[in-house]
Amino acid sequence: MAESSILYRRRVWLNRWNLAMSLLTMAFGMLFLLWILAALFVRGFSALSPTLFTQMTPPPGSDGGLANAIFGSFVMVAAATFISTPIGILAGIYLAEFGKNTILASVTRFINDILLSAPSIVIGLFIYTVVVARMQHFSGWAGSFALALLAVPVVVRTTENMLRLVPNSLREAAIAMGAPMWKVILMVTLKAVRAGVVTGVLLAVARISGETAPLLFTALNNQFWSADMNAPMANLPVVIFQFAMSPFEEWQHLAWAGSLLITLAVLALNVMARIFFRQSAPK
Amino acid sequence: MNFETIASRPEAAPRSSTQQTAKISVRHLDFFYGKFQGLKNINLEVAERRVTAFIGPSGCGKSTLLRTLNRMYSLYPGQRAVGEIMFNGRNILDAGVDLNTLRAKVGMVFQKPTPFPMSIYDNIAFGVRLYENLSARAMDERVEWALVKAAMWEEAKNKLKQSGMALSGGQQQRLCIARAVAVKPEVLLLDEPTSALDPISTAKIEELISELKTEYTIAIVTHNMQQAARVSDYTAYMYLGELIEFGATDELFLKPSRKETEDYITGRFG
Repeated sequence: MAESSILYRRRVWLNRWNLAMSLLTMAFGMLFLLWILAALFVRGFSALSPTLFTQMTPPPGSDGGLANAIFGSFVMVAAATFISTPIGILAGIYLAEFGKNTILASVTRFINDILLSAPSIVIGLFIYTVVVARMQHFSGWAGSFALALLAVPVVVRTTENMLRLVPNSLREAAIAMGAPMWKVILMVTLKAVRAGVVTGVLLAVARISGETAPLLFTALNNQFWSADMNAPMANLPVVIFQFAMSPFEEWQHLAWAGSLLITLAVLALNVMARIFFRQSAPK
Repeated sequence: MNFETIASRPEAAPRSSTQQTAKISVRHLDFFYGKFQGLKNINLEVAERRVTAFIGPSGCGKSTLLRTLNRMYSLYPGQRAVGEIMFNGRNILDAGVDLNTLRAKVGMVFQKPTPFPMSIYDNIAFGVRLYENLSARAMDERVEWALVKAAMWEEAKNKLKQSGMALSGGQQQRLCIARAVAVKPEVLLLDEPTSALDPISTAKIEELISELKTEYTIAIVTHNMQQAARVSDYTAYMYLGELIEFGATDELFLKPSRKETEDYITGRFG
């Protein structure tokens, strides 16, 4: 009895110790996250103003906004999403429904995993070599391609994982109705995991909207308003990169404001993804 | 009733005196999962507008046999069937058979209810739209007809636009039956349709089977011997991939001709 009560007390203390340690490490991690957010909000909010959305990026020493950069980011991310979503979803369908255990599917999966963790600067360099160097100029399209290349593996991964969650019995039931495979996929299996696939796309968008490295030598930057995807295009991440490192106070303020905008946009995307996923999650 | 139409000899073909036409004739059927032989020389006939039950212990091949009748196994590389399954004058095991058309004629209901992620209405319209081009009104009528057939209309008529996933297990299974009936197949395959259901839902589905057999040919796999005795006209007892005994249900349950069958149905084995 005495022995067991010693054992019991040892366990109680061990439990307390472990609990305390895990709380401490959590607090340590959260501290930095909150620190970043606090700094961002304090400096970003003070730099926010309506002119951000109406004026162009200024030359050093004068006031301005981020209108061209916001527009450029939006257009390039949108184009990248339009390019990557169908490719990613179709590839995911192939892996989950058709390829399954074939060699082609295994190789694709392996390459996709590499792409998923490839440094984004490598992707940028690749697009620089195959697009920018050939066209002899930087362009919004090159930026979009680089971003699309980053988004595709994310969409492929989530689509495949989601489709694999569909119970085989549902697939068989639809096939047993005499439905051809493409109808089974479009109308039954993909529909069953629609929320998960959309979430994957939203998360991919969130990921690419903050990428700087692949845009540095693809879209470059543009001081002026430009809606021409064939010309260098302004974008928030590169503007932030450039302005934050500059010695000019106006530029630094704009960099903070831009950072806050990106963070809020990514936050909004994540919240949207969560809401969407919860609304129609498979029960 | 005349239950002597099909002889109770093992692996029997109907006697020449038969009045019952066979909807599906299985002859010398072998089935392989890779190297493992799941079915060994199966010979039986599924009588038109009758209920044929496949019983036997787990792993005896009764589900495998059912899944050859709509070639469900063809989804999986490595599974193959050799022999002859005659349906409408054609061997459905032939390479040239269009599987989608076959499956539209030979419907299937599974062990677990599998409503599609869409409304109750669309669940039923899904299969119909595949092979028929109905006007909106004709489709409404067809959906109602199928739900009435499956004894679901009263429960479902006010929530046709609601998701089929929100129904109870028993209702989902009757929805699946309605869905299978809606395309007006010639044969219905039921793979343990009540094993996931409570007794009340089971009773409803058994009633349903008795009603459906006036128009459809039904083959049912069941673990429940009482169920086989209640709903079927003919019963096949299978063990380790072989058809041990096949005959009229009353005869097979009352005086089985084989010792193995008797042991199984009296609960001494299995």
